[in-house]
Amino acid sequence: MTTTSRWRALTRHNLFWPVAVLVALLLVNVPFTPDFFAIHMTNGHLYGSLVSIVLFGSPLILVAVGMTLVIATGGIDLSVGAVVAITGALTCSYISDQADQGALSSVLLAMGLGLIAAVVCGLWNGFLVARMGIQPIIATLIIMVAGRGVAQLITDGQIITINSEPYKLIGGGYWLTLPFSIFVVAAVVAVTVLLTRRTALGLLVESVGGNAEASRLVGIRSMRIKIMVYVFCAVCAGIAGLMISSNTSAADGNNAGLWIELDAILAVVIGGTSLLGGRFSIGGTVIGALVIQTLTTTIYTIGVPTQTNLVFKAAVVIVVCLLQSPKFRAKVFGARAKAAGPAVPAAAAEPADPAPKMEVS
Amino acid sequence: MLNRRNFLTAAIGVAAAGTLAACAKEDGGSSTSSGGSKTITLGFSQVGSESGWRSANTDSVKSAAKEAGYNLKFSDAQQKQENQISAIRSYIAQKVDVIAFSPVVVTGWDAVLKEAKAAKIPVVLTDRSVETSDQSLYVTLVGSDFTDEGRRAARILEKVLTKAGHKGAVKIAQLEGTTGAAPAIERAKGFKEVMDADHADDWKIVVSQTGDFTRAGGKQVMAAFLQSNPDVNVLFAHNDDMAIGAIQSIEAAGKKPGKDILIVSIDGVKDGFVAMSEGKINAIVECNPLLGPQLMDVVKKVKNGESVERWIKTKEGDYMQDQAKAALPSRKY
Repeated sequence: MTTTSRWRALTRHNLFWPVAVLVALLLVNVPFTPDFFAIHMTNGHLYGSLVSIVLFGSPLILVAVGMTLVIATGGIDLSVGAVVAITGALTCSYISDQADQGALSSVLLAMGLGLIAAVVCGLWNGFLVARMGIQPIIATLIIMVAGRGVAQLITDGQIITINSEPYKLIGGGYWLTLPFSIFVVAAVVAVTVLLTRRTALGLLVESVGGNAEASRLVGIRSMRIKIMVYVFCAVCAGIAGLMISSNTSAADGNNAGLWIELDAILAVVIGGTSLLGGRFSIGGTVIGALVIQTLTTTIYTIGVPTQTNLVFKAAVVIVVCLLQSPKFRAKVFGARAKAAGPAVPAAAAEPADPAPKMEVS
Repeated sequence: MLNRRNFLTAAIGVAAAGTLAACAKEDGGSSTSSGGSKTITLGFSQVGSESGWRSANTDSVKSAAKEAGYNLKFSDAQQKQENQISAIRSYIAQKVDVIAFSPVVVTGWDAVLKEAKAAKIPVVLTDRSVETSDQSLYVTLVGSDFTDEGRRAARILEKVLTKAGHKGAVKIAQLEGTTGAAPAIERAKGFKEVMDADHADDWKIVVSQTGDFTRAGGKQVMAAFLQSNPDVNVLFAHNDDMAIGAIQSIEAAGKKPGKDILIVSIDGVKDGFVAMSEGKINAIVECNPLLGPQLMDVVKKVKNGESVERWIKTKEGDYMQDQAKAALPSRKY
């Protein structure tokens, strides 16, 4: 009795299905890569598939965490990919102009410059959405389209290659045998969780997402909250931009962070955050981003033919989204659930995220 | 809250931004007196400026036109076919002597090319080809033969293997270009052709995946390859950027690029040559963007009514490691 009820409580936990999918995806790799879970020491740092998944997934986790808060206010930020490109381009072009590319002070200054650019983009988005009342999808579309042009303007249409040891650390380096980006991601996630779950900020964000006008009437400065989340999202994208450009030691204005906004939205949705706003789960988003990165790695390791890549990805995403939908689960596993108790209809009333299919690109 | 007026403002704003983006940049069109019959006027419509290769291509066309003393009308289509079609129409209206363009896509050119033909303006394609119902719609194509680049990559791999004294099975990892892009399809085809013909029993492509022609893509895909197929000993990358990304993954796995894993790539961009001079790439098959001088030559011939070949292949070389240092200063892009 107790085990079944505990099982039921577990399956009803909002992170159960994302985690289950993540574990399943990881297991799929084992027959193709026998020592998939093995982690060795190579050149003084840990090396293995799991390490690469976290290393390459770090930028996506960051962007998705920022996106989560924007989506929680009922908005959306399509400009993150362009912000990634701008930040990387600005930082790398500053570093490449220095006589000594390895100087720590100039690297820090360059990163600061890049992040300031990200903040400006975030302020612009927030201004358009909160002050001007422009729909978020349109407001952020402006930087999505124009921002990549700005990035190419900065890099002069070229790929800027830099050779700077300190800059390499943030996206491609190792610290205490682990990829340094893990520490950055952990710090950002910890700060976000602390701010949103240990202070009233998370509640305010959710209330603005639930009903901005009502929140304003009860005395919440919803405009300020909105501007804040767009700036936060842009800063996350900016840090991700630093990581992506540092990872390859190059800024590619044309391709850096291309389509990352769609992957980020998908990660947020897989993590159980409603696109309608009003509630969010940072933990779910992190799992969602890891699911997407694992899926990408899986496609490479199991040898899916190039032409069917996207179909494979789409099929997995559809399965994940269906599993996430309480209505679908009630239909499929309904017989057992009915025998167990009438708890399902209450869950079924929750929005079942009808949107994810749009993101399958 | 969003009201109708705000929405309209937004819509107008976005529309204005879109129009600005759609406006093809026109420059270099300082129209000298059209009466002077000596100078040749060339209308050139470029695809866009998506890569270092492309901007080198643009610079080459501009400087070659200047050198040849042509009046060049240049426009950038920014990856959009409609921009390119309107640019070509405006060249027809301006009655230029020759129209040259790098088509954004393969199909959909018949109508505008017929207009050019009716106006008796010869059309020269650069870099990429088009599919038309009527072969007389363009005079010639000046560009690379991607299939041949694939064949040359396989041939140069033979040399690399001999030089490295490699014995035993050749297990190849292939980093493909963007799925569906002509260079990706044809380079893979050319490589496979040689492999199947001459090395059917000792060469094998064990893994192949797209890296989207980018460094980040090459790096990520190679990291996964090294996990699933640790015995790979040759990498064939469809462009230098993916090879450069893959090199970083190979190093992170504790292997030596150029020694433990032999690398052959295509393009010959500057950073590729830098990596080759460091011994990390074994050989590069050049895909030359500097086709400006050849184009100007063809334009002159076409203008004078001389016959030209249907496909004028760009002059390209193959480079091994020992040539890298010497060739590096000549790399402009």
